[in-house]
Amino acid sequence: MKVLVCIKQVPDMESRFKANSSGNWYDEADLAFRMNEYDEYAVEQAVQLREQLGDAADVTVLSIGPDRVVEALKKALAMGCDRGVHVQDPAVSLKDPWQIASIIATYAKDKGFDLIFTGMQSQDRGSAQVGVAVAEQLGYSCATTLVGFSFADGVVTAKRELEGGLKGVVKLKTPALVTCQLGLNVPRYPTLPNIMKAKKKEIAAIPGVDVLKEEALAATASVYPPARKGGGIVLEGDLNEMADKLLGILKEKTAVVR
Amino acid sequence: MKALLVCEYREGKLLETSYELVAFAEKLGAEKAMVLIGSEAEAPKVNGTVYLADAGKYGEYNPDVHKKIVLAAIERENPDYVVFVHSSYGWDLAPRVAANLKAAQISEIVDIVDGKFEVGVCNAKLRRTVTPKSGKAVLTIQAGAFSAAAASGTPQLERIEADGASVLEFVGYEPAEKKDVDLTRAEIIVSAGRGVGKKENVPVIAALAKAMGGELGASRPVVDAGWVEHSHQVGTTGQTVSPKLYMACGISGAIQHLAGMKKSDFIVAINKDKDAPIGEVADVLVVADVLQFVPALTAKFQ
Repeated sequence: MKVLVCIKQVPDMESRFKANSSGNWYDEADLAFRMNEYDEYAVEQAVQLREQLGDAADVTVLSIGPDRVVEALKKALAMGCDRGVHVQDPAVSLKDPWQIASIIATYAKDKGFDLIFTGMQSQDRGSAQVGVAVAEQLGYSCATTLVGFSFADGVVTAKRELEGGLKGVVKLKTPALVTCQLGLNVPRYPTLPNIMKAKKKEIAAIPGVDVLKEEALAATASVYPPARKGGGIVLEGDLNEMADKLLGILKEKTAVVR
Repeated sequence: MKALLVCEYREGKLLETSYELVAFAEKLGAEKAMVLIGSEAEAPKVNGTVYLADAGKYGEYNPDVHKKIVLAAIERENPDYVVFVHSSYGWDLAPRVAANLKAAQISEIVDIVDGKFEVGVCNAKLRRTVTPKSGKAVLTIQAGAFSAAAASGTPQLERIEADGASVLEFVGYEPAEKKDVDLTRAEIIVSAGRGVGKKENVPVIAALAKAMGGELGASRPVVDAGWVEHSHQVGTTGQTVSPKLYMACGISGAIQHLAGMKKSDFIVAINKDKDAPIGEVADVLVVADVLQFVPALTAKFQ
């Protein structure tokens, strides 16, 4: 059972963001990067499957980007993946989702992966396209937004999160790709012994140009901060004074506070 | 310019979000046709062509087959844009259609700016305009970003068929957990977000809700962490609410949360971060630590 997990490194979302000098992406200076939250669920699910199947399973974790993404790969290896692949591309942020999917599909197409895990979206770009597009390019069956996963006899049973708390259950045969939603599992923290073990695991480097076969289908025209709601009041300063002011506003502007 | 709008249908009903697609096409200034894998009785009330395939035959969730039906409608209609709602149905199906057309997909559009499509970056802390480079483009629109058009008109139904063989098997739905609170009927909702820090601090927010005669709400991370029951979750995967007053305490304003509460009449946000995206929709933004400010406000109501 060959398993591939695709992960992305993204900035901490609590950061302050501003546009870069070209105005086509965010400025990456001074940002702390970490593994995309959705991908942590994907890694955890792949590692749990490896534990279920034992040495019959082999889990490869792949990430595309500049040298810093090796840190995210190391974390995934420390969580229990067997080997890493770093597709080297310092300009990854300028690629569109179709190109990212094509890079992954080009890498994966002759490797015989039975199951591919991705996050349902990245926290920075949020396109929710790459996983499905990889599946389409490889001709794999695919289910998205998983909050439940089980595997037996070559069949994945997936629980998809729909709106308003409703879930949809589907079965799909391998080869398959699933995209993972928050709440699918509880991603583990790498332990120190596992971090040490991970240091010995292989991370293969592949030049991005070797696996990029597609032109971009979409282009970013500009990146900028959002406009604020007109007329919104901002209160700052002394807590007690702010509470009094807010109470006055609520009495004046709403019918439910008197 | 022509847009093909893909309706949403679940548990035998047309979803209201289908009319948001109509509003988007109107804002885009595009002629529209629609496609529905559903039932004739639930066809959208719009003037114009609606391509209809029977959900009884093709299933409500069957993306491999739905893809073929949408592609067949595209073949007949030859639209410039194929538009979905960015929902569990849309984000699942849109990339399949886009890949088959080898067309650009632009996800979760919140607005149209000078003819370009505007989307969020980094949880809506930045915005980005995107332009397709392909002849056709597939679009998904953020739920709630385009106010639903009125349901008025008479569709001209055209039956559409496709090969119904699927690689996926839809087993069934699993209903939402039983609700112990119905937030959709609450006039005041006071919601706790990640900014409350830990489970032990949730009662601070609940006390304000109680003092104001409202209900306790929560954002997704708070529910996922097990601090508050799912029935209190506000957002696309929780409940969509529109109270007279919504107080967001320590909620930064992820788009899924905003989509679930921004129709509230009056919105107050309490957040340490003056730049948090919740400020975009807030009528009043109180820049403060929730654990300090909320007790001070609660005292005023007691």
